[in-house]
Amino acid sequence: MHYEAPIRKPLIEGDKSYHDITVEVAKPVETSAPKSWWLVFSIALVAFLWGVGCILYTIGVGIGTWGLNKTVGWAWDITNFVWWVGIGHAGTLISAVLLLFRQKWRMSINRSAEAMTIFSVIQAALFPGIHMGRIWMAYFVLPIPNQFGSLWVNFNSPLLWDVFAISTYFSVSVVFWYVGLIPDFAMIRDRAVKPVQKHIYKILSFGWGGKAKHWQRFEEVSLVLAGLATPLVLSVHTIVSMDFATSVIPGWHTTIFPPYFVAGAIFSGFAMVQTLLIIVRKVFKMEQYITIQHIEMMNIIIMLTGSIVGIAYITELFIAWYSGVEYEQYAFLNRATGPYWWAYWSMMTCNVFSPQFMWFKKLRTSIIFTFIISIVVNIGMWFERFVIIVTSLHRDYLPSSWSMFSPTFVDIGIFIGTIGFFFVLFLLYARTFPVIAQAELKTILKSSGDNYKKLQAKEEHGH
Amino acid sequence: MFEFTGRLKTLSIVLILIGAVSVGLSFFAGSSSHSDDGHAEHTEHAAHGEEHGHGEDNHHGGHVPDADEYSYHKTASRAIPENNHKYQGEGHHDEEHAHHQMENKPWANLLVNNFFFLAISLGALFFLAVQYAAQAGWTVVILRVLEAMSQFLWLPMLILLLIVLAGVGHFGGNHIWHWMAEGIMDPESANYDSIIAGKQAYLNGPFFIIRTLVYFIGWVGAAMLLRKLSKKNDMTGVDYAKNWVKTRNLSAGFLVFFAVTSSTSAWDFIMSIDTHWFSTLFGWYVFAGMFVSALTVLMLIVLYLKSKGYLEQVNKSHIQDMAKFMFAFSIFWTYLWFSQYMLIWYSNIPEEVTYYMIRFREYKGLFITMLAMNFLFPVLVLMSRDSKRNFGFILVAGITMIIGHWLDVYIMIYPGSVGVNWSIGLINIGTFLGFAGLFIFVVFRSLAKAPLMPENHPMYIESKYHHI
Repeated sequence: MHYEAPIRKPLIEGDKSYHDITVEVAKPVETSAPKSWWLVFSIALVAFLWGVGCILYTIGVGIGTWGLNKTVGWAWDITNFVWWVGIGHAGTLISAVLLLFRQKWRMSINRSAEAMTIFSVIQAALFPGIHMGRIWMAYFVLPIPNQFGSLWVNFNSPLLWDVFAISTYFSVSVVFWYVGLIPDFAMIRDRAVKPVQKHIYKILSFGWGGKAKHWQRFEEVSLVLAGLATPLVLSVHTIVSMDFATSVIPGWHTTIFPPYFVAGAIFSGFAMVQTLLIIVRKVFKMEQYITIQHIEMMNIIIMLTGSIVGIAYITELFIAWYSGVEYEQYAFLNRATGPYWWAYWSMMTCNVFSPQFMWFKKLRTSIIFTFIISIVVNIGMWFERFVIIVTSLHRDYLPSSWSMFSPTFVDIGIFIGTIGFFFVLFLLYARTFPVIAQAELKTILKSSGDNYKKLQAKEEHGH
Repeated sequence: MFEFTGRLKTLSIVLILIGAVSVGLSFFAGSSSHSDDGHAEHTEHAAHGEEHGHGEDNHHGGHVPDADEYSYHKTASRAIPENNHKYQGEGHHDEEHAHHQMENKPWANLLVNNFFFLAISLGALFFLAVQYAAQAGWTVVILRVLEAMSQFLWLPMLILLLIVLAGVGHFGGNHIWHWMAEGIMDPESANYDSIIAGKQAYLNGPFFIIRTLVYFIGWVGAAMLLRKLSKKNDMTGVDYAKNWVKTRNLSAGFLVFFAVTSSTSAWDFIMSIDTHWFSTLFGWYVFAGMFVSALTVLMLIVLYLKSKGYLEQVNKSHIQDMAKFMFAFSIFWTYLWFSQYMLIWYSNIPEEVTYYMIRFREYKGLFITMLAMNFLFPVLVLMSRDSKRNFGFILVAGITMIIGHWLDVYIMIYPGSVGVNWSIGLINIGTFLGFAGLFIFVVFRSLAKAPLMPENHPMYIESKYHHI
């Protein structure tokens, strides 16, 4: 028997039946796209194509088209890579960690969050690929036997660990996402009237029949995948942080990096989920599924992870002083007061101060305010990676080689291109996939639905 | 209502007596060895005193810093005996260190056990606050156990305050915190260490005492207030939902305070023992160990109470969930252990790596045993669903983890304070038992003061019907 305390607020508002959920989730898939969708899609597509052009130009001419120089050998490329990987983390956290913690509110948001994860990991994976210069040699990152003598990857390099971590992460996320989608595809298949559409969803739903045995296997697989995906939430960004922390560069080599990067990743990921879902719930009229309470919960996580990140910043700053190591002390002084001070203080303002507003219930339940903060946080998290990467590199041990970094139009174009690509994928997803995991959501209707909760309260008072 | 009588009470008192005898013996043995060694040391001091014109009460002996000395301090930890040999021709400094290390033994023993039990109590307080802040429902039936565990906090905090005062006041041969050594921040002194002097703004006696008091007031205050609010559930005529919201707000406030102080206190009481060394992750690592220890002790207390016929509302689902926490946070602890160790090992820079060098050379057996106990055991024993519901398996894993995390605290504190002169013997075990006795006495007494079930907690029924 599952009993939910009456003090808990309903997770599904309005007087919903199982059928209502089916109809409302299937609606965007079954109707044709409105003009506004085409408008946004066209903008995203143009940005994407512009990015493709810049990527082709980079491959054709070489990395010299970027703003890198001999002192700052990593800049926007790795910043964008880490930023996109980080954004992906919220999806896995929502679908795996919150599943293990039995947080029922994850059910209306996990589908889109996982989609976001997959699409952002695709953006991230682009950057190491094009940074190689000779992208046709990209298979060299894998430890495969080859015809070139004993030419192997460097197992000591965290960059190789990244290849393993991110490809594992991507595969597990896709499988996890797809398993959850099977009953929902079957729902669309059963409702489809056009034969082509029906056939496509028939293939996609793997012959799902909704039998008890199917459900039992579905739940078992979900739990096993959640168990597998939970360490991945930590491992991926841990290894990304090791790209920096295993070095001996002041500002990069610090032991707090692994957990602090993970917290930052979840922070930015939730901000992106907010940005996307606030639009989705409005456009698709899903306010009764993605309720204010969902937004509030996500805001609390943003506040929590933002504060963890803030503590990590201050810890780094303090220990840099405490260490007594002159280079370490200078690296942080330079971050805060050097030529890139504006990047450092943008980061501090966006990531540490802005989430503190969420302590106020009025603000964290305000949709407009949440939307603004979610964008502010994502800007801040981009700056965080920029600060870590560029300000640590641009003034190294040798003052004679100190320099600055400025991006070229190619750097900017590729970044904008990935944003375009991301939205192209997300917009296509929103029109062809059920954006809410309706099969899962139906399991909590009778315990967390508004109408049923009222009924329960009435019964308890009657006794 | 739970009653604290009979065998358990007698046992706790016997344990406290064993502890008192052990601590007394450790200081007595320390002071007698002090006078024995002190004799040899004394003449040596005098001899050197003549040579260099220094007084014999000079803490580090008569040693004039030279270029070598500087580079020793600059690049290596004092904890590496080889470095001492390398840089100090006279061999005098060495014996001074060895002497301090012998004097530190009873203090280090006291600090290890005191910190370990402090951590259990503080970890329980943290977990208690998380239950409210996260609106968790399933744990209501064990909240009273967590509350009782957190009521122990004042006692180890008080002892810690005394240890800190003894250190700052140079009382009883307490040299655990190297930066408190006389003259170490004074450029005129023979003991001067420029790196340590650079930390003076943070590491100085008055500020250290103030910080200890702030932790004391903040943590113990939160434990008392949370208990007070929880006891309102036993009264009539209270708006329980409102009381719950109030508790939530207090918990959130405490968690903010704890987020900062858990790190700073770990730097203060433990990291500053190896004064040169620094690690940004250290505070979180100590927190992870603290949390796992608390979860394990919570489980052991719940199992004990169940075996005596109490806590019948705690069903197998609760036990499995608690075991899940032990399992998951053992992995989390290992994750942080690995992150810190691997990054320092990989970079291999002298200002950091010396920390692990002494631990891997002089404490190798303990170091590896500790890792196996804290990682392999919980992972292998508690992985399956069935073992998380089996009291025998949980007991084996739990006792192993307790010993393992005690060893972890030992390995954090001893190398920097006692160095190569470490030993584990009856004194350590006796002191551990003494603190265990104090813990049992205080915790079970406070368990007996309120009903075991806060039946008017708004989520009580949800917790009672918890089923997975």
